[in-house]
Amino acid sequence: MNHDYEYTPGNAFTKWLDKRLPLIRFADENLLSFPTPRNLNYFWTFGFILTLCLVTQIITGIVLAMHYTPHVLMAFDSIEHIMRDVNYGWLIRYIHANGASMFFLAVFIHMFRGLYYGSYKEPREILWILGVVIFLLMIITAFMGYVLVWGQMSFWGATVITNLVGAIPLVGESILTLLLGGFSVDNPTLNRFFSLHYLLPFVIFGVVILHIWALHVTGNNNPTGISVKNTNDTISFHPYYTVKDLFAYVVFLLMFAYFIFYNPNILGHPDNYIEADAMVTPAHIVPEWYLLPFYAILRAVPDKLMGVLLMFGSIVVLFFLPWLDTMKVKSARYRPTYKIFYFTFLLTCFLLGYLGGQAPEGLYLFLSRVCTIYYFAFFLVVMPILSRYEKPSPMPIGISNSAINTDLGTDKNPALSINN
Amino acid sequence: MTNKTKEKKPTRRDFLYITTAVFGATGAAAVAWPLIDQLNPDASVSALSSVETDISSIPEGGSLKIAWRGKPVFIRRRTKEEIEIAEKEDNENLPDPQNDADRVKNKEWLVVVGVCTHLGCIPIADKGDFGGWFCPCHGSHYDISGRIRKGPAPTNLEVPPYEFVNENIIKIG
Repeated sequence: MNHDYEYTPGNAFTKWLDKRLPLIRFADENLLSFPTPRNLNYFWTFGFILTLCLVTQIITGIVLAMHYTPHVLMAFDSIEHIMRDVNYGWLIRYIHANGASMFFLAVFIHMFRGLYYGSYKEPREILWILGVVIFLLMIITAFMGYVLVWGQMSFWGATVITNLVGAIPLVGESILTLLLGGFSVDNPTLNRFFSLHYLLPFVIFGVVILHIWALHVTGNNNPTGISVKNTNDTISFHPYYTVKDLFAYVVFLLMFAYFIFYNPNILGHPDNYIEADAMVTPAHIVPEWYLLPFYAILRAVPDKLMGVLLMFGSIVVLFFLPWLDTMKVKSARYRPTYKIFYFTFLLTCFLLGYLGGQAPEGLYLFLSRVCTIYYFAFFLVVMPILSRYEKPSPMPIGISNSAINTDLGTDKNPALSINN
Repeated sequence: MTNKTKEKKPTRRDFLYITTAVFGATGAAAVAWPLIDQLNPDASVSALSSVETDISSIPEGGSLKIAWRGKPVFIRRRTKEEIEIAEKEDNENLPDPQNDADRVKNKEWLVVVGVCTHLGCIPIADKGDFGGWFCPCHGSHYDISGRIRKGPAPTNLEVPPYEFVNENIIKIG
């Protein structure tokens, strides 16, 4: 980064260490003096919050695994054992279960922030793609974790979701059997899900490191979307953003604590307190709230294979975002038309979430279809068209100039003159 | 330069590269296969692949739900009217066309795997628009022959391999 400051070891030991393993230098360059745009708002604190969410899930998860038994005859009871017998088991489990919801809440805000401020655009394509990879891994991990409880929703959720694979022509059934380790969800399935549920968070951790690495190569985007030009535009990460991030995290923790201590089961489904029964399907199967929009898309289509393809497509399309939206102006602040479509999209996602929890019939089904169409149209139609025809509003010259010079007046295409 | 390399005959080193690569790839595949195949059903799961049941106690119009391979199997003793309806509806516009006669060994007994062909839920008996089964998960309707009539399921309820051992005993699998 274009920064004058350089780390200088202070004493004999750090000088000795710096020549052999420049650990302190690395931490200093990436955590402490890392030059960060001066104008980041609170939407930029969610990366930090998400890192701590992951750490929380890993720590509580390791502890839970010490008391959990991955066997169909004992899994459900071992969860109750954790809740009743293990010292503070209730607390650790409630943190872990609600922690997953908090994790998704934070990741959704994080993603919608990127979508609003154009954080996926050149030169941050890889950064964005790694983020989508993390999101996919999170979904798989959360799904497998939910199965481990071995309640009715766990079991039937697992049945429905694994059966999605069966929709693949020709090889679907074989892959499904391979996935389940049997002809239905059973003990082999539970065992492998447990193994993978333990493994995947560390894979996520690895991709998070790549994600942060990519971030530190390009530097942060910022609410104006204008690239950092010089040191006037940046401040060091510490203490300015360490404090801001920590404050946001504390506020986030307050909400988290409300769920853990006052309403720990509100985000779950009561049917999951009934032990799994392979012979009885609950009348109304719903996934966890954070998967409802995708579930709504799945059910919007009357064809099995198409439904499955669209559901996966709704996430896969995110990978191509940098090439669907080629508008040079990054931030929606200066894109009046995009802004309207963006907020419509946000609303559509909320609506899909609501519809995913309703029975797929009548008006609900109709609305699901309308929303599904808009979901894809936003990426595949609106974005490419706006990239060509939208006229951005006047932009400031630079990050630190925004207050002084907000109108470029005669400049016909501010984007080109401003972005590098 | 390019001409020169094009005309160059394969050397002993090229031979070594290729054989090494082939050896390595074969070895990797040989190691990968056990690691993949261990995911498939093990011997104890495959061993449970057939069950025998006494069906003499099922009254006409009644049905029995038994477990086979961890999935329910519906055994339904159909009434005369139900058989008539099922056969009459052979000519209806079916999403997965199949005659009722091809789905049963004995008209009186309908034996189907009780797993919705959409996403694997268990349909509820005597519900839905076609007098057969209805899947509560995503709204698939099946008729009294277990054929899909309406909803997202792509195919009819699966007929498992079965045989009547004698008048009272049926063997599934």
